[in-house]
Amino acid sequence: MDHLLEIRNLKITTLRGKDKVYLLDSVDLSIRKKCSFGVVGESGCGKSITASAILGLLPYPLRVAEGSIRFDSRDGEKELLKLSRKEMRQVRGEEISMIFQEPMTSLDPIFTVEMQMFEALSFHHPGMGKGEMREIALEMLHRVNIPRPEQTLASYAHQLSGGQLQRIMIAIALINNPRLLLADEPTTALDVTIQAQILHLMNDLKEQRDTSIIMITHDLGVIAETCEEVAVFYAGQIVEQAQVVELFTHTAHPYTKGLLRAVTSLGGAQRKLYTIPGIVPPGGQWSRGCRFAERCEQCMEKCREEMPALREIAPGHFCRCFLQDREVEA
Amino acid sequence: MRDYIIRRLLTLIPILIGVSIAIFVVMQLIPGDVVSGILGIEETPELRAMWEAKLGLDKPLIQQYFSWIGRAVTGDFGESFRTGAPVFPEIMNRFAISAELAILACIIAWIIALPLGILSSLKRNSFIDRIVRVVALLGVSVPNFASATLLILFFSKAFHYYTPVKYVGLFENFGTNMEIMILPAFILGSVMAGSVMRMTRSSMLEVLRQDYIKAVRAKGSPERVTIFRHAFRNSSIPIVTLIGMQIGALMGGTVVIEQIFSIPGLGQFTLTGISQRDFPVVQGCVLFIAFLYVMVNLLVDILYTFIDPRISYS
Repeated sequence: MDHLLEIRNLKITTLRGKDKVYLLDSVDLSIRKKCSFGVVGESGCGKSITASAILGLLPYPLRVAEGSIRFDSRDGEKELLKLSRKEMRQVRGEEISMIFQEPMTSLDPIFTVEMQMFEALSFHHPGMGKGEMREIALEMLHRVNIPRPEQTLASYAHQLSGGQLQRIMIAIALINNPRLLLADEPTTALDVTIQAQILHLMNDLKEQRDTSIIMITHDLGVIAETCEEVAVFYAGQIVEQAQVVELFTHTAHPYTKGLLRAVTSLGGAQRKLYTIPGIVPPGGQWSRGCRFAERCEQCMEKCREEMPALREIAPGHFCRCFLQDREVEA
Repeated sequence: MRDYIIRRLLTLIPILIGVSIAIFVVMQLIPGDVVSGILGIEETPELRAMWEAKLGLDKPLIQQYFSWIGRAVTGDFGESFRTGAPVFPEIMNRFAISAELAILACIIAWIIALPLGILSSLKRNSFIDRIVRVVALLGVSVPNFASATLLILFFSKAFHYYTPVKYVGLFENFGTNMEIMILPAFILGSVMAGSVMRMTRSSMLEVLRQDYIKAVRAKGSPERVTIFRHAFRNSSIPIVTLIGMQIGALMGGTVVIEQIFSIPGLGQFTLTGISQRDFPVVQGCVLFIAFLYVMVNLLVDILYTFIDPRISYS
């Protein structure tokens, strides 16, 4: 396999009453090895459920309706959607790990940090002794810059701060040296200063190891800081995808432009913060035309009638917008 | 923790005094008294005066109460008006029988309720979940005297099986004792099972959608570990609370079942005491039940600290 992970035509549905409603519509993604890939979009665009689908952890009643997720694991290529439960368990935490948005609620409140770190090891290395596990756990805590590792091991989640907990979650996620780390808004719930620390930490760890990262966020600043390639999600579809520099310098899709304008910055004249009018249409209420049409300032008649295709507008730069066609034609 | 337990035990004193006053007043308010019960149609003013003097009922009410409580604090709960036998040892005998019934009922309830509640939360909205929910609703809503009568009828008509009428102790003959106890225990247990099942299901559903469950699964946890070590333990606090309340209620709440199956337990003893206006018996039984209630609740509160490290009493 050329890529570490290849998602093809992924469709996810949920149940609304008795109706099947699409939440994710034909998403294709390819993640290169040793790459950090950003997935950006507003809430409800389908970013998080894509990550959950990769690990087979979609909450009821969501399910994958169609598609394939191929993963280049240590022992050969695997089709993740076709794995048995047992095979999927071997992938989780060992080859693909995940960290979550809310570190405060990501650790089980009634067990110590030590026990939960040991679990991550023992699920995949049943024979490992306590002493060895302790050594590895301490080493990991040290790597994620936890000040007093010994003391932290004996702590419960409610005795630690959000930043510390997220470091611990990262330590747990990386403890088995996974090939891919899914980071689902890992800094959203943290203070701004802690956010920067966590992002630096993730960058450092990525440099040291061969782990690829899928960084899911609604914050383009985080993408700029950490990612090499980025896909912009809107209403269950990818609307734009490119290398980070290309995306920021040659932004093509009106939605991406809107997101960029909505980023606050300290430098320059303070203008009123831009917001994209309206909200993301929920699954089941998508129009047959372009899904962003309702909120788009450059909406044309065609946009309401017909769905634009995701087209390559420059090498490696994909965009789903009729405006681009016009520019290409012109 | 030790201080906490001592403080909790000290609250027993006002509770028991309050309960004893309430019982004393209520017993006075019920029409009829023990003497007319004893004498029946042979009652004459002379005989009545003699009995009242003998039982101490001729003294003012306040004095009656204080002479009773004065003895009670020394551990002497007096003698039955009817039989003259000391009340306390009899309560202990009866308690052993009721406790056996309660324990059997709990075991049956838990064996039914916990696995089904967990299963139903895992297979939400499936066929099995619907069945479990209907059964749980039946368990909660069918009054136990109705299910008891129906079951007795069912066994006698369908299998010509009759539960033994004369009570045999656990240590006299284990087999016969079980034969007597199992049906009433099942009926009490099924009522408990209904609510425990519903509580287990809803509490599990609540925990299963927490982030840490997803995080545990993302670590590659086998379902068994996810469900029992993480989900069930986290959802057990409301379940333990409910079970504690049920055990407390069982102590006094077996009256009807003991009556139907003629089991000489604490409930039956209390009921007989009330119908015969046998004040020392009623007072002793009710106080003892109140005491058990407080103790069970204390145990539940202590149990919380073992389940959840965030709970501590200091």
